[in-house]
Amino acid sequence: MIKNNRNRFIPLVILFLFSLLFTEKLQASDEGEDFNATEMIMHHISDSHEFHILGEGESSVSVPLPIILYTKNGLDIFMSSKFHHGEETVTTDKGSYELIHDKIYYAGTYSEEEHTGEQPLDFSITKNVFTLILSSLLICLIFISTARAYKKRPGAPKGLQSFMEPLIIFVRDEIAIPNIGKNYYKFMPYLLTVFFFIWLSNLIGLVPFFPGSSNLSGNVSFTATLAVITLLVTTFSGNKAYWKHIFWMPGVPVPVKILLAPIELISVFAKPFALAVRLFANITAGHIVILSLIGLIFILGSVAASAVAVPLALFISVLELLVAFLQAFVFTLLSALFIGQAVAEPEHH
Amino acid sequence: MDLITPSIGLVFWTTLVFLILITILRAFAWKPILSALRAREDSIEEALKSAEHAKQEMAKLQADNQKLLQEARAERDKLLKDATEIANKIKEEAKTDASKQTEKMISDAKKAIEVEKNAALKEVTVKVAELSLNIAEKVLRKNLSNDKEQKALVDEYLKDIKLN
Repeated sequence: MIKNNRNRFIPLVILFLFSLLFTEKLQASDEGEDFNATEMIMHHISDSHEFHILGEGESSVSVPLPIILYTKNGLDIFMSSKFHHGEETVTTDKGSYELIHDKIYYAGTYSEEEHTGEQPLDFSITKNVFTLILSSLLICLIFISTARAYKKRPGAPKGLQSFMEPLIIFVRDEIAIPNIGKNYYKFMPYLLTVFFFIWLSNLIGLVPFFPGSSNLSGNVSFTATLAVITLLVTTFSGNKAYWKHIFWMPGVPVPVKILLAPIELISVFAKPFALAVRLFANITAGHIVILSLIGLIFILGSVAASAVAVPLALFISVLELLVAFLQAFVFTLLSALFIGQAVAEPEHH
Repeated sequence: MDLITPSIGLVFWTTLVFLILITILRAFAWKPILSALRAREDSIEEALKSAEHAKQEMAKLQADNQKLLQEARAERDKLLKDATEIANKIKEEAKTDASKQTEKMISDAKKAIEVEKNAALKEVTVKVAELSLNIAEKVLRKNLSNDKEQKALVDEYLKDIKLN
């Protein structure tokens, strides 16, 4: 019993030592400039052209990522390490660029007062795109091997298969069938993909070091794209009754019909908007809370603060594990609900 | 503001990656998994159904057996009853036959006795008549030697005839 307890304490002690290490570093850099919590948090939750690992400024260690720009003179591709963490201007045969606040501008066009400048179209493999690809590869790996297990053993599930099967059945029996009804099978690939893609992206975002730590599912571009895909699926699978319900509501007087049409039309777009904002806000908020708690140590400038901040951050992290699942579930559930409304057979009164 | 401004790069990559992902997973993961799940559920359903069916069949068989047994018992009872009846009947018949036979024999015997008796009587009558004639002859031969007596006899006979 005692030995068991001691084993349980070891990770905590390591965590504590880690936080000490960071504090040491902080104090070293603190002498030069003030710690800006907002800047730190914004830096962590926004996209980046390099995968920052540790350190700051010129001495920081990071994984360079490819920069892909569609410029006035065509496609331009180079590695982000050329920017030297934003310290240097990169000049290629297609043009020269500056990296300011993780955004790429044509050299010399950025004005400090207006915070804008002339930008090339940026298709770079950023931190989030990297996570996107990583998450996709992981999902492919997991589910193709699961599918192979089914081919090999059609009987009772085993190993990875037996972990994934209840989740797949959960999506089918708790999300697809109750909301969509008998035509559910057509939408299963979309719902399953969205569910596991969002969930895994959420989870990768919670890993606090290299391959993780990005804020993909807390990025509005990501969530909005998925929401628009849901909108497209809903729109293209909508039946006659669905459109009639929107533009010419049955069973109400004509003036009300005219009044309802724009409202219903707005609701068509409000639904995916809500989807996008919900996922984005939930995941970003989780990241902000954890970063704020860790930031507390640096704001107070004392190791003692970690005694409170670290357990709290741990608690929130565990909570975020639940949120990661919950938001994936909610996104999938609402997508299924919207699809269900679009494909529902008209009720016979 | 940066936080809520979508960036074209990420929108592009998300769309591309998601479409590729859904295509790959649809073909190589979801379809095989879902069809395998469905096949397994179907087979379980079928197994349960056939078990239920077998149970019913068993119960039916048992009921059939019971019925058969009962029928057999009834048949046996009936057979026994019939046999007893037949035996009784045969006995009864035998009895009546025997009594009839006896009666017939008795009546036959009676008839035979009657016939014999009649025959005997007839013989006796004939013998008596012969004897009477003989005696009458002898008496006549003795008595009809005088006329007076003859006349008296004739008168007597005549009287008898008249009376007849």
